[in-house]
Amino acid sequence: MSDRELILARIRAAVTSAPPNEIVRDYRTSAGPLDRAELIELFAERVADYRAVVHVTGEDEVAATIAAALAAQGLTRPLVPGGLPVEWVPEGAVADDPPLSDAELDAVGGVVTGCAVAIAETGTIVLDAGPGQGRRALTLLPDYHLCVVRAGQIVAGVPQGVAVLDPSRPLTWISGPSATSDIELNRVEGVHGPRTLEVVVVR
Amino acid sequence: MTFLGMPAFPANAAAAVRDSQLRFNLRKATHTIREKRASVVAELPDWARLREAGKQIKDHTLRNLERYLLQMEEAVTAAGGHVHWAADAREANRIVTGLVRETGESDVVKVKSMATQEIGLNEALAEAGITAYETDLAELIVQLGDDWPSHILVPAIHRSRAEIREIFLEKMADWGRPAPEELTDDPRALAEAARRHLRERFLSTKVAISGANFMIAETGTLVVLESEGNGRMCLTLPKTLISVVGIEKLLPTWRDLEVFLQLLPRSSTGERMNPYTSTWTGATEGQEFHLVLLDNGRTRVLADEVGRQALRCIRCSACLNVCPVYERAGGHAYGSVYPGPIGAILTPQLRGMSSPLDASLPYASTLCGACYDVCPVAIDIPEVLVHLRGRAPHPRAERLGMRAAGWVFDRPERLARAERLAGRLRRFVPRRAPGPGPLSAWTETRDLPEIPAESFRDWWTRTDGGTR
Amino acid sequence: MRVALFVTCVNDALFPGTGRATVTLLRRLGCDVTFPTAQTCCGQMHLNTGYPEEGGRLARHFTDVFADCDAVVVPSGSCAAMIREQYVRLARVPASTASTASTAFAERVAETVPRVHELSEFLVDVLGVTDVGAYFPHRVTYHPTCHSLRGLRLGDRPVRLLEQVRGLDLVPLPAADECCGFGGTFAVKNPAVSAAMCADKARNVTATGAEVLCAADNSCLMHIGGALGRQRTGVRTMHLAEILASTEAVR
Repeated sequence: MSDRELILARIRAAVTSAPPNEIVRDYRTSAGPLDRAELIELFAERVADYRAVVHVTGEDEVAATIAAALAAQGLTRPLVPGGLPVEWVPEGAVADDPPLSDAELDAVGGVVTGCAVAIAETGTIVLDAGPGQGRRALTLLPDYHLCVVRAGQIVAGVPQGVAVLDPSRPLTWISGPSATSDIELNRVEGVHGPRTLEVVVVR
Repeated sequence: MTFLGMPAFPANAAAAVRDSQLRFNLRKATHTIREKRASVVAELPDWARLREAGKQIKDHTLRNLERYLLQMEEAVTAAGGHVHWAADAREANRIVTGLVRETGESDVVKVKSMATQEIGLNEALAEAGITAYETDLAELIVQLGDDWPSHILVPAIHRSRAEIREIFLEKMADWGRPAPEELTDDPRALAEAARRHLRERFLSTKVAISGANFMIAETGTLVVLESEGNGRMCLTLPKTLISVVGIEKLLPTWRDLEVFLQLLPRSSTGERMNPYTSTWTGATEGQEFHLVLLDNGRTRVLADEVGRQALRCIRCSACLNVCPVYERAGGHAYGSVYPGPIGAILTPQLRGMSSPLDASLPYASTLCGACYDVCPVAIDIPEVLVHLRGRAPHPRAERLGMRAAGWVFDRPERLARAERLAGRLRRFVPRRAPGPGPLSAWTETRDLPEIPAESFRDWWTRTDGGTR
Repeated sequence: MRVALFVTCVNDALFPGTGRATVTLLRRLGCDVTFPTAQTCCGQMHLNTGYPEEGGRLARHFTDVFADCDAVVVPSGSCAAMIREQYVRLARVPASTASTASTAFAERVAETVPRVHELSEFLVDVLGVTDVGAYFPHRVTYHPTCHSLRGLRLGDRPVRLLEQVRGLDLVPLPAADECCGFGGTFAVKNPAVSAAMCADKARNVTATGAEVLCAADNSCLMHIGGALGRQRTGVRTMHLAEILASTEAVR
């Protein structure tokens, strides 16, 4: 008997006496009473709680906000994924075309991306490797990640986020910069992922 | 790593209790996470409903495990992945070793995985000439220190920053890029040293091994939650990814994540969400992907009507952080990769209770119930502990004593006679009983209560219920 | 109201004063107290130590003895929790293995268990009193004990009763919800951890400056009191019933 058959046979024998049960989903799944302005406010507050930098700007100020943030980091040649809206592409941007090697990505100082969805209650941005986000390594190897979130992409909670995401795409849920608490429970931001996360919310 | 031949829990715990640095570290860590968890759980008005849904989803999955495993296999295969089945640790290690050999590589990077620790994968790979590099900061500390993990979430909780600095200075060079000579014990400097040490490793290693927090049967998706980004490195950069996952990690539908991505981070790190969660389905971005489905005793647990609830566990470690016994005994005393209250019910079920250590684990609890209260999937750990105690082998002297006590309690007249006898002998009870035995174990640190001259029932009879 | 007292084996043999105080208190509140002398032990020690055969036998004995009582009062949180939680589990036998005896036991459990009340539950929920007319002019701290807190979910019932006692100065116990380390046979099977937990509990108790440590469970009090006594702290332990039974008259 193969291990597959063996395991399945053991399972069949084990669960014969297990009673059927019912799953009740009476937890919160709707957006709740928050309007768009409140969602933006909650999202910004929760992202900031992770010690990430948050800006909330109007559509016409996005480019300037991105430029100022990159300048503050001293980043003159930031990486951008394909499909990033042209008005967000900063001066001196480097495209991942042809794809950079891992070593080249490691040498890049920072990256600017959009996202697929953002979750207010948990301060989370989710990337699905779609247009304006790029393959997963782009937001992993550079030490600085600037993510632009459109207000319309912000949902209230985790259930609303899960509902709009496509599981067939590789997803990266990001809540603040990389962190560890492995040494005497002291939180240190930045271990292997980007040590700085900056989020620009477009009203 | 081997736990074979380890003494039973009481002896391990007694040694830990005497280690004041360990006591201090454990107390600080468990109380810190405990409070963080309490505050983020209190934020959610529907926590109790999420907890109930989590419990029901897991029970439903276990009840229909065969169907969902087959669905998972089909979905992963359809998405270009390869699925392997391992009935036990040996088979799982054989499969993984073979897969790594096929790549021609002799180095693998690992993202923290309890399942691979449970099966002793690193040791099996080493025998085949393959070096496994742990990449989680705490696991790195444990690996460099040739040590054991002592907590599910923060495996190096027993190490102080000064010890970590020493380990890095002494051992990092043997495993790759050495630690800088001027390394201090500042956690930032230590984390930076780990970042630099591992960055080269991530960029050069072609094979990664992971576990998973969840598998989604409906879509064939795997889910890994982490904080540092080492998980993303392992899941993204290498050309070959091998995930070893216990069969109980399944969830039926994608939608079920809406429950567990709320329950797990808040219960585990005490955050609204952990820094990084990765999900992927089959072969992703040109990678080769293998999923190894692991039984290794899980189907035996599943067959136990009371004990099977332990398979709901999502490894959050909330039960460790509230357990007064764990806080004083530390993780190593449990002699297993699964320490604390959940370990006390999981280990004896997965391994059986033939060793003195495993037989002592169901007794490593006062049944205070704090673990059940915080468990995000409502595992009634005290219930399972009591159930396992009923099956544990008992020392002969205890068995005789318990039988005798049962005989006395069977008849009220026997109990009355025993009480009268104790009352007559009350003057002869020593302040400290000579050892060894249960009486001396008590009187070592505690006085015995004074035995009354007259029992309640004799008083009631003599005074006709206090009316005479 | 007719009330049967289940005094518990620990109180019967070691703390008869708690039983007498319970009788005094209940009579003062107008109850007709009986003591079915066939009672012995609820089976907690056996069941929780891994002897379900003996424990189950004692559980059946308990349900036989108290089958016809209107209300059973138990001055012990852990024995009451034992009866409420574990008897129900013991009675749950799969239909395939059910026998006449197991069905009869299940029926007994279903009838008897809802009528079993821990003392403070009985006072607050059944009799509807929090002021029991007690007088106790001392500084007291209250330890909620695990089975009262997380088993029976007694909540603030004992504290509400203590707050109404005239002269009593109730001081909060730091880390009150933490286990004292007794755990029945845990105290002797894992003496090192048990003693460490007890030492922390005793330190918290003495830090309050209380003269008296009160709880609804004498087994936990015996444990903490054993450490308080060994350390010569001078802090007395008293069961809730004994404080509630105290009046100016008997002072």
